[in-house]
Amino acid sequence: MLEVKDLHVTVEGSEILKGLSLTINAGEVHAIMGPNGAGKSTLSAVIAGKEGYEVTSGSITFEGKDVLEMEVEERALAGMLLGFQYPVEIPGVKNIYLLKAALNAKRAANGQDDIPAPEFMKLIKDKIAQMKMDSSFLQRAVNEGFSGGEKKRNEILQMLVLEPKLAMLDEIDSGLDIDAMRVVADGVNSLRDQDRAILLVTHYQRLLDYIVPDRVHVLVDGRIVKSGDAELAKQLESRGYDWVVEESAA
Amino acid sequence: MSDVQSDVTRFLERLAERRAERAANGPEPTWIAARRQAGAARFEALGFPTRRDEAWKYTDVRAIARGEFGLAQDAEFSKASAAALTLPIDAHRLTFVDGVFAPALSQLDDLPTGVHLLPLSQALAENHEAVGGPLGRLTGVEFSPFSALNTAFMEEGAVLRLAPGCVVEKPIILQFLSRNGSQPVMSHPRILIEAGGRSEARVIEHHVGEQEAANFTNLVEEIMLDRGAILTHYKLQEAPIADLHVASIHVEQARDAHYTSFNLNLGGGLVRNDLISELNGQGATANFYGLFYGQGRQHVDNHTLANHNAPLTFSNENYKGILDDRAHGVFNGKVVVKRDSQKIEGYQSNANLLLSDRAEIDAKPELEIYADDVKCSHGTTTGQLDADAVFALRTRGIDEQTARGLLTLAFAGEVLEEVDLDAIAERVELAVAGKLPERFNLAGLVEAAVALGDE
Repeated sequence: MLEVKDLHVTVEGSEILKGLSLTINAGEVHAIMGPNGAGKSTLSAVIAGKEGYEVTSGSITFEGKDVLEMEVEERALAGMLLGFQYPVEIPGVKNIYLLKAALNAKRAANGQDDIPAPEFMKLIKDKIAQMKMDSSFLQRAVNEGFSGGEKKRNEILQMLVLEPKLAMLDEIDSGLDIDAMRVVADGVNSLRDQDRAILLVTHYQRLLDYIVPDRVHVLVDGRIVKSGDAELAKQLESRGYDWVVEESAA
Repeated sequence: MSDVQSDVTRFLERLAERRAERAANGPEPTWIAARRQAGAARFEALGFPTRRDEAWKYTDVRAIARGEFGLAQDAEFSKASAAALTLPIDAHRLTFVDGVFAPALSQLDDLPTGVHLLPLSQALAENHEAVGGPLGRLTGVEFSPFSALNTAFMEEGAVLRLAPGCVVEKPIILQFLSRNGSQPVMSHPRILIEAGGRSEARVIEHHVGEQEAANFTNLVEEIMLDRGAILTHYKLQEAPIADLHVASIHVEQARDAHYTSFNLNLGGGLVRNDLISELNGQGATANFYGLFYGQGRQHVDNHTLANHNAPLTFSNENYKGILDDRAHGVFNGKVVVKRDSQKIEGYQSNANLLLSDRAEIDAKPELEIYADDVKCSHGTTTGQLDADAVFALRTRGIDEQTARGLLTLAFAGEVLEEVDLDAIAERVELAVAGKLPERFNLAGLVEAAVALGDE
């Protein structure tokens, strides 16, 4: 589904990703782990199309299409959604407008009409309940005044409503207490599907107790230096990253 | 070029005709005649303002000066079309059609004890001396040529008096309807509000009319708030696009009086608002919230002034403007802190969005401080939408134009968040969504969401 080949990315002149390659198939959950500054967030940001990242070489394809040639919204409409580490506060834009505009954009891209109001409301209320959120939040501005946990739940809510083919979640566990983490993890697990892939970017293994990945990759200094199954994450938890760094340098 | 003097003469001739009509209806109190005379004399001396006058530097009023305006003789308006224009709010209501009181479109039953709400003509007939004192006390003929002209013509408008301690549950709507008649007309309404100590009310002043109307409204409002009175004043200006609208609003606030203004300007071809508050007693607080949306060749000029005449007084201002096409906006906000008015706080901000290269804004925040222990800030920005927010919306599959539309609507929404009457906030939000350029394509989205919100 997603194929990243020998990706080199620079930000403000310094190279962050130095030849990253990664293949994710439908139905798989991948976790990218690594020490701070390894370039973990850069990968998902480049896939989502954030400005300020220059791809100097390499390629990203999604279902065979060249992602780097696509506009930001085209990437979302193709089925790639990024859940942000620091969700942006958008004062004045009500959540309900965002969800409706995004859902209708997706439907339009699939040749469907706008979703009828009652159907939309039912869908939203189901998903809100699933994320244990209060329905009053629909009339609130996107992320404005939200706690850290509420912002993360909101990112997952958007995923539940928009049902991407590839859900990328950047440090979705940061700043969450254990209860909020369970809700977020349950939400992510409910997205698991044979037709869908999930990419988790995380610094800590803790999240992976709740969302068990099929593949774990260790990112060090802009390259994936080691890959394994969920067991690798546990090793990293107990032994830290240094041994992987040393192993890769050897 | 039209001759400036002949413009003034034309208005004075119309005044003379009106005076003759009134004389046929019997005698009037001499003080009214004298004040009208003083207004006429002042107007004649001043003439219409020109762009050489500092206060009118960015606003050209020749469309008014050159107009051939009659005076409405009746208040006929079909009930059905009035109903379509009236705010769907359970309220006490006074309606004026082209300045003429319309009893049939008013709702004055069930006024609570302590609330006196009546047309000026009736207040004058019942007890003219009670009106004579406050009328013109805040807005004299010296204020501007338009206040002088208003005084020269004054005969109708709204009088609201609240007894001390009177809390009015329902909003009070002062509705001004503009008709599409055979000839453009002008009206010079007065609004007089006297709120007793600790009284509380919400007043909605609503200007709206028939789409093709092209009339001139020249309004003077005087609002006197006694100790601890609380007044929220919505001015919802949705006048027809060819209407000309000039309003001078003067507020006087005693100790602990709170005045909150929502100056929401969506309509009118040429609009000028002057909003002035005199903060005369400690604890007096004035909130000025404003929103203006201009498109086509609309011209909207807002001048505000907060006079901190006493220590421990507070003013807070937030005006937002959105301008499209060749619209022109003016924001001039001034905070004046008098000598020895210590420990005051005066905050002012103005932000504008230009949706077209040919739209124009002239923004001028001003501070004059003659005390040393004060907290004041002011700023004005004319800017761009938050790029991070645009990106965040696009990552959800929302195209860039719709994202910009949502953010532009949100820009207006920041003012509406303060509005505690949902019917007004929703109406304005829908109106703004509907006015936003087609490329943003928001109307359906927002309409549906508002309907959903009602569930």
